[in-house]
Amino acid sequence: MTGGESAALSVLGAVLGLDVVSFPQAMLSRPLVAATLTGMLMGEPERGLLLGATLECFALETLPVGASRYPEWGSSSVVGGALVALPGASTAGALLLAVIVTLGWAWVGGWSMVQLRRLNAHWARARHDAVARGSRATVTGLQLSGVTADLVRGGAMTLAGLLLFVPAFRWGVAHWSLADIPTRGVLMALAGIVAAAATHKVFHAVAGTRWYMLAGLAIGALLLGGTR
Amino acid sequence: MTAPPVPLPLGTRAAILLRLLAIQGSWNYETLVGNGMGFCVEPALRRLPGGVDGEAYRAALARQSQYFNAHPYLAAVAVGALARAELEGIDPTKIERFRTALCGPLGSVGDRLVWAAWLPLCALLALLVFALGASPLGTALTFLVSYNAGHLALRIWGINVGWREGLHVAHALGTPVLRQGPVWLARAGTLVAGVALPLVVQRLVGTGRAIQVEVLAAVLVGGFIVTRFHGRVDAWKWSFGVLVVFALYSVLR
Repeated sequence: MTGGESAALSVLGAVLGLDVVSFPQAMLSRPLVAATLTGMLMGEPERGLLLGATLECFALETLPVGASRYPEWGSSSVVGGALVALPGASTAGALLLAVIVTLGWAWVGGWSMVQLRRLNAHWARARHDAVARGSRATVTGLQLSGVTADLVRGGAMTLAGLLLFVPAFRWGVAHWSLADIPTRGVLMALAGIVAAAATHKVFHAVAGTRWYMLAGLAIGALLLGGTR
Repeated sequence: MTAPPVPLPLGTRAAILLRLLAIQGSWNYETLVGNGMGFCVEPALRRLPGGVDGEAYRAALARQSQYFNAHPYLAAVAVGALARAELEGIDPTKIERFRTALCGPLGSVGDRLVWAAWLPLCALLALLVFALGASPLGTALTFLVSYNAGHLALRIWGINVGWREGLHVAHALGTPVLRQGPVWLARAGTLVAGVALPLVVQRLVGTGRAIQVEVLAAVLVGGFIVTRFHGRVDAWKWSFGVLVVFALYSVLR
């Protein structure tokens, strides 16, 4: 990976990391979008999409609710997308390793967001008197400082992820010993199980949803039969 | 409903909408989204007597920048209503009480409607489109366009209804879309999930592969078992552990 590619990916990771909470929260940072965009940027859109769809099954379980700590999918999906776009990374083993890296790095990214929130609190505390006086410059400044810090955080997470994981990923792909079919089977079975569990977790409180799920599965099975 | 004292110019509404996209820019564990509220209401406060150099402006901005908690999209309702209350010159004590009272409902309604219903529904819809063979760009756009149609509509509606209703905005939170919306969306979401699940597995595994049936069976049985343990452990976390062990076995053996 060239320095130019790393720089471009870091900018993309910064923007997508920023999207998670600070601006504009348009869900560009969801793995389905972020990994696909990265794949497109790196000239491997299909691999990016495959990774993004797999990760989205995991991400369905993690919703960005309020003060809770949740995975930061924006910059981590850029790292994962960059990995599967590397030459020779079209195998199921490469996809599985990219999923592991993205899941782990997303959790570290969630930790970095917690640190940013603490930094924002420190800045707000230091400027409390000015805010209490109704200083327009202070209110605007706090907002811009937070957004800028988050942008830097996303970029740094992406660059650090690339530096850490590109060599490790190449080594892992070169030493992968299991065949493609069982590897893909294990990965997709787990992704499917998490997606099914997430659907239950998110929607189970609404009465009757199990019947909608069963009806959907019946339609899905019919469509599946039609494609075979 | 009472008529607003003065129309809110389109430019001011646009400035508020743009700022609302960054309302969580300085989110922290002490004032939460408080500074962001002040930041978003500020364009409207410039219309107070004396402008940005006036005492009324500074007092209102200080009031609006205190602790506040709400769903980031539905905070638009509070921004509209508080902007009107400030421009109408309502008693500051009453404004502060109203501001505090808005926190709970705007948080819980937004979480139920957006995070626990609209977002997963749009993600599942995009996964279904992917499973049906859509291109990378088509899949990403399906998610982005559908999700953000609801996202932006909610923010714009929030500013408008907040400004129109002012301190009486609580009535607007009883609208059927907010009350029943999560239920309808949850039903649609489970239906789409049911349709998408087997098709997504098929596309991810690859057509013509012998293991498709085994993987589908594993998903159905595993999904059923995992839902029995609902609430005890996040499925993605133990799946991550299984994947790590599997990868180590493959790489190190």
